[in-house]
Amino acid sequence: MYDVVIIGAGVCGAAVAHELSRYQAKICVLEKEEDVCCGTSKANSAIVHAGYDAVTGSLKAKLNVRGNELMEELSKELDFPFERNGSLVLCFNESDMPNLQALYDRGVANGVKGMKILNKEEVLQMEPNVTEDVYAALYAPTGGIVCPFGLNIALAENACVNGVDFQFDTEVIQIRKMEEGYELQTDKGVFCAKCVVNAAGVYADKFHNMVSEKKLSITARRGDYCLLDKEAGNHVRRTIFTLPGKLGKGILVTPTVHGNLLIGPTAVEVEDKEGVNTTADGLAQVLTKAGMSVKNIPTRQVITSFAGLRAHEAGDDFIIGEAEDAPGFVDCAGIESPGIASCPAIGEMAAGIVKEKMGLIAKDDFIATRKGILNPGTLCMEERNDLIKENPAYGNIICRCEMVTEGEIIDAIRRPLGAKSLDGVKRRTRAGMGRCQSGFCSPRTMEILARECGMSMFDITKSGGNSKLVVGTNKDTVS
Amino acid sequence: MKNYDIVIIGGGPAGLAAAVSARQSGIDSILILERDKELGGILNQCIHNGFGLHTFKEELTGPEYAQRFIVQAKELDIEYRLNTMVLEVGADKVVTAMNREDGLFLIQAKAVILAMGCRERPRGALNIPGYRPAGIYSAGTAQRLVNMDGYMPGREVVILGSGDIGLIMARRMTLEGAKVKVVAELMPYSGGLKRNIVQCLDDYGIPLKLSHTVVDIKGKERVEGVTLAQVDEKNKPIPGTEEYYACDTLLLSVGLIPENEISRGMGVVMNPVTSGPRVNESLETNLEGVFACGNVLHVHDLVDFVSEEAAAAGRNAAAYVKSGKDGASDAKTPVVAAKNAVDKDTREEMAQQDTGAGSEQEIELVATGGVRYTVPCTIRTSHMEDELKVRFRVGSVYQNCFVSVYFDDERVIHRKKMVFAPAEMEEVKLTKEQILRYPELRRITFRIEE
Repeated sequence: MYDVVIIGAGVCGAAVAHELSRYQAKICVLEKEEDVCCGTSKANSAIVHAGYDAVTGSLKAKLNVRGNELMEELSKELDFPFERNGSLVLCFNESDMPNLQALYDRGVANGVKGMKILNKEEVLQMEPNVTEDVYAALYAPTGGIVCPFGLNIALAENACVNGVDFQFDTEVIQIRKMEEGYELQTDKGVFCAKCVVNAAGVYADKFHNMVSEKKLSITARRGDYCLLDKEAGNHVRRTIFTLPGKLGKGILVTPTVHGNLLIGPTAVEVEDKEGVNTTADGLAQVLTKAGMSVKNIPTRQVITSFAGLRAHEAGDDFIIGEAEDAPGFVDCAGIESPGIASCPAIGEMAAGIVKEKMGLIAKDDFIATRKGILNPGTLCMEERNDLIKENPAYGNIICRCEMVTEGEIIDAIRRPLGAKSLDGVKRRTRAGMGRCQSGFCSPRTMEILARECGMSMFDITKSGGNSKLVVGTNKDTVS
Repeated sequence: MKNYDIVIIGGGPAGLAAAVSARQSGIDSILILERDKELGGILNQCIHNGFGLHTFKEELTGPEYAQRFIVQAKELDIEYRLNTMVLEVGADKVVTAMNREDGLFLIQAKAVILAMGCRERPRGALNIPGYRPAGIYSAGTAQRLVNMDGYMPGREVVILGSGDIGLIMARRMTLEGAKVKVVAELMPYSGGLKRNIVQCLDDYGIPLKLSHTVVDIKGKERVEGVTLAQVDEKNKPIPGTEEYYACDTLLLSVGLIPENEISRGMGVVMNPVTSGPRVNESLETNLEGVFACGNVLHVHDLVDFVSEEAAAAGRNAAAYVKSGKDGASDAKTPVVAAKNAVDKDTREEMAQQDTGAGSEQEIELVATGGVRYTVPCTIRTSHMEDELKVRFRVGSVYQNCFVSVYFDDERVIHRKKMVFAPAEMEEVKLTKEQILRYPELRRITFRIEE
């Protein structure tokens, strides 16, 4: 019997696990995929919003502003990339100025600090590649960008080091209320827990509805994105939004913490909650609309495109709390934008509810900090040479585009909750995330994975399950 | 910090030929830096034949062709380091490199030859929609897995792009036991050599669908199938022409991009058409003493031309080092008359120029009217060898047309050819004598004419 079972190892599940690992409790995270950060958490805008968007008084507003405050300190404690690059919301017509002012006012009411309304000249001075059509903009210096993989992996790794049990490839099939707590039936056996935290992303409604009569309804909203080469990474310095208008919330243009340029997303409601396929229309829309706010985007430099699903709940707000008719069942549901920005605060809030409920006591030996995978590129020549002398694998470049060494890949595999697949290595080290999109390094990374994990090359996958990369040997079917 | 006269970045066919020729031009101090575990570059995975018909007048496999140059380099005692990644090169020609044994180290070069080759365009560059499952490989990655490691990436294959690697892989996958269902090509003509279409597709009954592209990829974990559609003249898919192919593998052979990240970091000026450096008649970039050759300069069709071009880069780098213009070289460096090197007149002219006596005549080469680019982009007559091959590619297929070369407004070359195709590199020879007849010449224009 666990004290707490958390369903889902995305940013929210990991944030709750991280917060709960401060206390004396037996905690388990159940994840249906082979790794953390496999759903919505891996495919989004990676924006730490300032907090002016959401309706004042909503959980979205409250947790966004709080999460934004917490993110900087957390990024230092847990060693993941975060940058407060600031954001601009562009307004193109004088007639839209009341809406921009309303956004400003809402930001102030939500507790967002340091905002300013800039005129055209000020905007263009700040971001020369914004289109000349701009009339004014809301500038929020607290807006930021984060590595969503880094954030998710750091939270989970730290929770793991602090004793949280992670079960991967484990899909919850049914949940039953028991006399004490809940019984979770999975494809890997039965798990029992006094408390359940439902952080199942687009599936959070399914699990909630298994135990509660107050039904939730989550719709998956797909967003297509294009990622551009690092050569385009300085095209804008801040995250550029457009004023929500007739065309919806619009397409953002932003640098990433790793120096790429990201544009997207579209917003299309889809039936299939695994439907992360991009579409020709979606990608065309991204490219066209991005060009309406930022000029001369070098679209020839797109290196990959992807789609993610946002978990939109019918009530249009985050749902965080114990289900009214299911004691000990705590939802983190409807986590769409600004979910990444809010996740530290979501973790704090949901863990707080569980802690109160169960009367959890703080641990003496909680390990509050975590050191990420060493990036030798940040060392000076002397330090780097000492490192290579000690471990020559740090002198061997595997991914040429992102300059990732064998040493980093081995670290990514061997550390707690280590990588087991090509995508797992990619999200932890960036090997394969560069301009050739793993053309050169994938066979080499596969060999390292096989060697380190004691696996056959035939069992190495792209992302777990049946995503095998090679299927046999030459002429093995030729008689 | 170690010093070398010439540092060559890349030990593939271009780097090897450049090294051999620089040595034959009298330079002793040469270092090749190669990132892979052996010399030879991508040729090592090109185990099919057809290499060397021009250079050796015989048909070799890729590894055999590479071996000819590796043997020469070794006989000439050319120094090289394997498994060594060049991280950056400064405009001052200080090379930062790294490997397991030596760690991170710096080398001062008098001349640098860029010979890093090219990489394959990934799926994202084409914005192919659909899922992102396992089983989507660039053709070169699949070629490495099959030809070097012995692994089959899949059983039922669709290939997008009829570039040479795609065509070669259609045959290879078939020979190794896979079923290649179709090769689709976006353009109305193939991106590969005619002989490869015949020998790799026709001979195995593999259909080639021109003006077709992939409009959807199905499969959440592993590829389950792809949908092809015909495209209109603007390369937009035509609704209603979709055709679904069940398969577990999609190979992409959709273009090569010269790998010029190091060059850009140095401040080398690029030609946006080739994505390679802009070079002069000596294959020298805007940075004095920095030369480029092979696929890092422009993507070639045949390795024979890479070798030929790289040999010129090697000779020119040698001449540069011997001219002592690098500033780092000391006055004691003897100027040895090298065989195959710059001819006597040129050396005299170079010497004249060094003393400030000669006036530089720089001629601009202009690609227009169907000619996409030229290599080189400029010619300094004072540095020109007796004969210069100007290489270029055309933008679409032309039949029974002429390649014309204008010296300013006067047409001086008008040569008919049955077919000009984008897949094939073209060349025009210009002689120094011919150019010197036009002392006021400022511009040489290349165009295709009916």
